[in-house]
Amino acid sequence: MSNETLRDTFFAECEELIESLTEGLQVVASGAWDGETINAIFRAVHSIKGAAGAFGFTDLVTFAHAYETVLDLIRSDKLDIAPDVLRLITRSSDALAELVDTTRQQGSASLDPVRDLIGELEATAKDAKADTPPEPEFTWAPLALLPIEVEAPAPAQGFTIRFAPGASFYANGHEPVRFLSALDALGNLTVTCDSSAVPPLDGFDFDAGYLVWTLTLEGASDEEAIRRVFAFAEGLCTLDIAPLGDSTAPDLPEVEVEAAPLFIARAPAVDPPADPPADAPVTPAAAPPARAAAPRAPAPPVQTTLRVDPERVDRLINSVGELIINHAVISQKLESCGLGTDSEIMAALDDYRYLAREIQEAVMSIRAQPVKALFQRMGRVVREAGEATGKAVMFISEGEATEIDKTILERLADPLTHMLRNSVDHGLETAEKRRAAGKSEVGSVRLSAAHRSGHVVIEVSDDGAGLNRERILAKAMEKGLVPPDAKLTEPEIDNLLFMPGFSTAENVTNLSGRGVGMDVVKTTITSLGGKVGITSLAGEGSTFTISLPLTLAVLDGMIIGVGAETMVLPLSSVVETVRPQRRDIHEIAGELVLSVRGTYVPIVDLALLFGMRSAKGQSAERSYVLLDAGGASIAVAVDAIQDQRQVVIKSLEGNYGTVPGIAAATILGDGKIALIIDSEALVELVSPRRNARPLIELEA
Amino acid sequence: MSDEETNDRGNTTEFVSLSAGDQGFCVPITSIREIRRWSQVTALPFAEDSVLGVMNLRGAVIPIVDLAARLGLGTTEIGARNIVVVVAIGPRIMGMLVDSVSEILSVNTETIRPNPTIRRDGGASHVTGLLPVDDIMLRVLDLDALFAREGEEAA
Repeated sequence: MSNETLRDTFFAECEELIESLTEGLQVVASGAWDGETINAIFRAVHSIKGAAGAFGFTDLVTFAHAYETVLDLIRSDKLDIAPDVLRLITRSSDALAELVDTTRQQGSASLDPVRDLIGELEATAKDAKADTPPEPEFTWAPLALLPIEVEAPAPAQGFTIRFAPGASFYANGHEPVRFLSALDALGNLTVTCDSSAVPPLDGFDFDAGYLVWTLTLEGASDEEAIRRVFAFAEGLCTLDIAPLGDSTAPDLPEVEVEAAPLFIARAPAVDPPADPPADAPVTPAAAPPARAAAPRAPAPPVQTTLRVDPERVDRLINSVGELIINHAVISQKLESCGLGTDSEIMAALDDYRYLAREIQEAVMSIRAQPVKALFQRMGRVVREAGEATGKAVMFISEGEATEIDKTILERLADPLTHMLRNSVDHGLETAEKRRAAGKSEVGSVRLSAAHRSGHVVIEVSDDGAGLNRERILAKAMEKGLVPPDAKLTEPEIDNLLFMPGFSTAENVTNLSGRGVGMDVVKTTITSLGGKVGITSLAGEGSTFTISLPLTLAVLDGMIIGVGAETMVLPLSSVVETVRPQRRDIHEIAGELVLSVRGTYVPIVDLALLFGMRSAKGQSAERSYVLLDAGGASIAVAVDAIQDQRQVVIKSLEGNYGTVPGIAAATILGDGKIALIIDSEALVELVSPRRNARPLIELEA
Repeated sequence: MSDEETNDRGNTTEFVSLSAGDQGFCVPITSIREIRRWSQVTALPFAEDSVLGVMNLRGAVIPIVDLAARLGLGTTEIGARNIVVVVAIGPRIMGMLVDSVSEILSVNTETIRPNPTIRRDGGASHVTGLLPVDDIMLRVLDLDALFAREGEEAA
């Protein structure tokens, strides 16, 4: 494994660790946390620190260390999670994530932006240490009572073992992993390796032992058994064994073990630093706070995941696509042989189709990933935006388990970032205005995801003032985006936000408001085959709704005939198909329009547009498909409407390039290629001709 | 094919000779993926005249280009006897419609003569050399240069 791949693995792991860190902090923020939550948070930061040390990312280590110190104090109950502490550790988690990102991109990260934060962390740690009650406060009086209480939880107890083999350990031919596997047999073992002592290569002594393992053994009850494992290495390594939940002072209980006559008496000797001494003797049952209960709680089931090169999955998806096309080919061939649908082979072919579909769905689900990681990152964006604008913001995320295609997910980050910043910056009012409006001073920004009829719907909503339509319209007129005398409906005004060069911010802030933004958001979402919409209620807030396809690999299409060619229209943009009367088609200065229930829609002759010969010359004899794309409607004249079915998307870009008005290609049942029409691009392609309507000057 | 590399060892390279627009050409065999019969293509809108359309090559959508038209030698009359040479140009796969494909030539690279034509419009720059075989002369095609424009259009 090259250093490069190792680094990639490191960053991939960091990502996972930060995810669990964020997750833990959310649990803490919600109040429903216990000792294991804090442990998990601590472990995540500790692991990042350890691994970063191994790669020589010293800045990362420095920050993680300061962070870890504070978490350790919380873990050992020396520091309460007061609101300011919670805010500190949440901010630190954001900063850590950012440091990791910067390190990944630039190979190193500067500590300058987090200097203050480190100071705060250190100050908090110092205060907490000073607050810790001095040793003499512990009274050992209850010792005689406690063994009875401890007996029950004892089997579920665990130990933290610090295992530091020295040079002589290795010289004697010992292998750390053997000890670890022996320990693993005793209970549920978690291994953390501290490699921070490993020197750079030039100072490396190959015989020395640099690695220190911190082992958490859950479910083991017998310290003697652990000692027996290490019996052969006695004197060759440094070994500290402490009951779980008290790794901070491993030396202290060590002394007590010697003194206590019974093993079970040792446990309470460890507890006092955590428990209020006064409570313990009187009501031992009520005494253990959350932390004491932690070792007893079963570890949450670890989800095992598989790391797979996305290219392999793509290959699989491609092959499955072929399989489905192949099915269509076979069935078409058999039909042309005159085999009826009731024949045995057709029935068997039906099974083939079901199986192929099933495989396809399963393969697609490999690519699908929950939006959780993305939403957590967005939480960071909202917090940052809140801080930058000085607004108190509560971030609510819903439907984090909703799964969506990985490619779509990756490309959602930028538009969502922009929308969330907008919501905080423009959507939410200032605290004073909120108070005046009788709202809570803390504004809320909600990000939600849900599956809805074959689509993923993502909503970004705020409880701010809502869109100021008058101002939007005035601004658009001022910028010449709409003629001054235009009469626009409310949705039309709302949609002005998506026009290039539009910005309502009175002051351009560094967060948003440079006039590039919402139009880019829209372009991105559109390129993913999705739609964006706005709803807004004055005084109650605005909601941006993004609707996305579940996957980019297949598409529900309407198969149409254009001249001699077969083409596909994305069903998502098809409104209806019409066979109009001759009197419904009007000519205006050489252009045709179709009247549909009182409105006039421009007609696009696909055959003409794409330079193909139409099979039927008479416009009234043709079928029309009404398309709605990008807020505009067009009627597409086609020669035939054949079918509606799911088609596998094949890119044209790889081998050829982009074609105006064409999104991609697909392969039909007869093995021929059909082009898939890009409805949005089609609207734009013909829009210069639609100057009759006021809105469109976008091309210029 | 750098000259330095080939001189001392007297390397041989294999070429496939083909004809398009009544002229003889050859293409390094390493860039050829397969050779197949002409089959119906799906026309592409807004494409250059030389681009006949796209074809399904075992699930991949590949453009088919009329080589003669591309070289400015007039359009090829399409019939069942035509051959499509599938070539790889960098990461792209495409098909060239030609009149016929004749043989595989093992050629000592030293025998390739430089293209002496000087055309200011660069029209002949995709012919990197001339290869005399028996009594005829084959033009060595630089496919990268010939189809580079396609990529730029796509961008």
